[in-house]
Amino acid sequence: MEERLYRSASGAPIALRPRQHSASCRELAVRCPRLQLRSLSAVTSAVWLAAYGLFVLSENSMVLSAAIFITLIGLIIYLHFVKIDQESLLVIGSLGIQVTSSYASGKESTTFIEMGQVKDVVINEAIHMQKVIYYLCILLQDPGDPQGVSDIVPLFQSSKPRLDCLIEVYKSCQEILEQRKTAPQPSGIK
Amino acid sequence: MDGDCGVLWGKVSPWPLGTGDNGVPWGKLHPWLLGMGDNGVPRGQRGLMGKAKSPPFGDRGQQGPMRRTGSHENNGVPRGKVSPWPLGQGTAGSREDKGIRWGAASTGAHGPPGGWARRSLSAGPAGPRRPSPSPAEGAGRAAGEQRCWVYHCSRVAAMVKQYVSEVQRVTKVNVSVLGSWSNSKQEKEESLSEFLEDLGTIFSHEPWIQISKEGNSKFWSCSTLQKHSNNPKEEEIILVYYDQRKVMLSHLHPPLDTAASTDRKADDASKLSAIFDTVAKSKVLFMTDRYDDGPIKLTHWQSDGVEASIIVELLKQASVPACMLLTFLLSVISGICRSRVLKFWPLSFLWSKLSTCEQLGYRLQHLQVISSNKKAQNESQLMRKANIFVSLLIDVALGILLMSWLYRKNRIGHLADTLIPVADNVAEELQDLLQWLMGAPAGLKMNRALDQVLGRFFLYHIHLWISYIHLMSPFIEMILWYVGLSACLGLTMALCILSDIIALLTFHIYCFYVYGARLYCLKIYGLSSLWRLFRGKKWNVLRQRVDSCSYDLDQLFIGTLLFTILLFLLPTTALYYLVFTLLRLLVVIVQGLIHLLVDLIDSLPLYSIILRLCRSYRLAAGVKFRVLEQQDGKPLRLLMQINPLSYSSVVQTYRLPTYSCYPKDSWTSLCKKLFLGELIYPWKHKGEKQD
Repeated sequence: MEERLYRSASGAPIALRPRQHSASCRELAVRCPRLQLRSLSAVTSAVWLAAYGLFVLSENSMVLSAAIFITLIGLIIYLHFVKIDQESLLVIGSLGIQVTSSYASGKESTTFIEMGQVKDVVINEAIHMQKVIYYLCILLQDPGDPQGVSDIVPLFQSSKPRLDCLIEVYKSCQEILEQRKTAPQPSGIK
Repeated sequence: MDGDCGVLWGKVSPWPLGTGDNGVPWGKLHPWLLGMGDNGVPRGQRGLMGKAKSPPFGDRGQQGPMRRTGSHENNGVPRGKVSPWPLGQGTAGSREDKGIRWGAASTGAHGPPGGWARRSLSAGPAGPRRPSPSPAEGAGRAAGEQRCWVYHCSRVAAMVKQYVSEVQRVTKVNVSVLGSWSNSKQEKEESLSEFLEDLGTIFSHEPWIQISKEGNSKFWSCSTLQKHSNNPKEEEIILVYYDQRKVMLSHLHPPLDTAASTDRKADDASKLSAIFDTVAKSKVLFMTDRYDDGPIKLTHWQSDGVEASIIVELLKQASVPACMLLTFLLSVISGICRSRVLKFWPLSFLWSKLSTCEQLGYRLQHLQVISSNKKAQNESQLMRKANIFVSLLIDVALGILLMSWLYRKNRIGHLADTLIPVADNVAEELQDLLQWLMGAPAGLKMNRALDQVLGRFFLYHIHLWISYIHLMSPFIEMILWYVGLSACLGLTMALCILSDIIALLTFHIYCFYVYGARLYCLKIYGLSSLWRLFRGKKWNVLRQRVDSCSYDLDQLFIGTLLFTILLFLLPTTALYYLVFTLLRLLVVIVQGLIHLLVDLIDSLPLYSIILRLCRSYRLAAGVKFRVLEQQDGKPLRLLMQINPLSYSSVVQTYRLPTYSCYPKDSWTSLCKKLFLGELIYPWKHKGEKQD
């Protein structure tokens, strides 16, 4: 239940909070770095200085009101659509895996993947910009081919934890996924 | 004793989640809990899906297998209420005594909707509405109880089995009795639990689920009985709460890429759709309420009477004659449209060129769809009809708004007054342009003779056009006034008329473009052919290739002469062609933007968007889970909510098909056509023959 501090791929501090609700249900939440006040102030000052410069050149006060408007709208759009506050993974043994991203404005976007579609949860390597990073992903089963993978769903894309954090999440998930492998096959009650 | 108990029943779903005969896999069984207490489970909020989901059902009696009249013995199927009370009570024929209770009074408490049948009342003064039995009666009951246990069990089992089979027949859902529940306000009663276990031995279902709750706690405990299995391992049990009404009304949308899936894939790929399907099929059971005469009282969100709006009912009644009237009118109109008179050549050509007629035909088609008598077969057809209806309504409303704005303060008169001066202005600008071309445009030196010929030809054309416009000017205002009235047919119609008016007013530009393009095209072909002659080659039409050819001397001489003439006249023609093509493209762009707007209004699924905004649970992309308050030792509690579809998927799924298609030429072929001087028709409507 306690929070553990890690670092993201770009060096920002993130926190992992694992919770165990029951024997087959675990929730792993990664909290992303918050919006920094200094970056917000820097952007706002830059926009307003530019607007003031335009105002001095054009003598039109609409420029200033437009700048305020743009700043407000831009901030709202950023908080509601771009800035992710927390990403969490809820693994329920016999049900499925649920991936939730909560944005800074409180909006939550959720995806639930049924256990029948989940083949495995693995850590992959990727080349991202100039770095090689590790990321956790869910492999989806291809219905036609038992060995095939139809799709992959990458997790924690916004917080991008480093390998140590990913290993812990991976171990947690695998403990629960193993339970479904050891359980006997379902009977044919239809 | 206090508290309720009952039988769990439901459908066994094919959603095995990794567990087999041991324990109860989540989703494998859909127990319907019949009569849950209301402790901890708020009314109308959740349904307990103890290991699966199933709404309770009951049916209206008129339509279902339940018979309302008669004593409980003849009724047969106790609607989910199993009480350990001896039979023989309540045969007086009073409503209260009928059916389930068998002498027990109902608590009258309303359990949470969503899967709860009414509480079956066990003995004792438990609820507000029950008549409180006297102590003597209570004692008598207790005595009778001991005696009648065995009798009850088999009798109860028989009645329940009969009921279950009737339910299966009505809803076509494969139901069976899965277990029992009990909710006692005080400590566990031995007799009650014995009774429930006896029931378990009669119904052979593997595994037999028993859930119970004590006191005022909101945590249920669940246990399973394995009678014939050899593996005693205890499986984990998960309780999932969900809002039954929302799941029943919602429609699950499969992901778009798996839309074309095989049966096998659909079968085991999504158990969620099986759940939604089962709940939706049981819709008929939600139509009963506690005012129905019958042995069983159900509790769900409609227990206090089926919710309905009188306005909706009135509209439904009024829609039938309205639809019939509309169908009749439409058949008359389409009969007129299809008459032979309108099919003669000049008129048919005109109809095909005017976009107003296309739009009119499109809207007539829509009206035919919504006024048809057939009910919508499935969800997508219903949504389509609703989208068309709302789109038409909004269109007509906006059109009437526009019309009222135009006709107020005689704005349409002002518009007509400014139309002629605008046309004159355009003609004058064109004349200036031609004078500029006839001089030395952009410093280029033109061939004076050809320049003069072309310039004078076009100037005369403009002169004819202006005279024509002036001839029409007294009638413009009247024509415009009447044409403006057609805006009441919809905003799209008004926009189409605007586009057609622009096309008519700029007809001379179109003519110029055609003249210039044809001249230029001829010149280019002539040049290419003479260039081949110049090099001693020829185009072989039979073989579709360039072959060498020996020309005579006089052929070569004339050919070279002509080639030179054409080559030096090329800049002049090319310039005229360029100018008029640019003008034409400008007009085409303006018309194209108007058509884009019309297309947008036509194809936007407004009803679906409003539904997504206001009743987002109706359009489900999936589900989402939330972990509720836990208690050690009790099963895991989860809340299942509906995850609504995103707006972009809503628009993509429910878009209405329109008649126009976008430019079929790619940019390269368009440029090629422009270079060669071929006429371009950037927008072609579906169904038009290729030119």
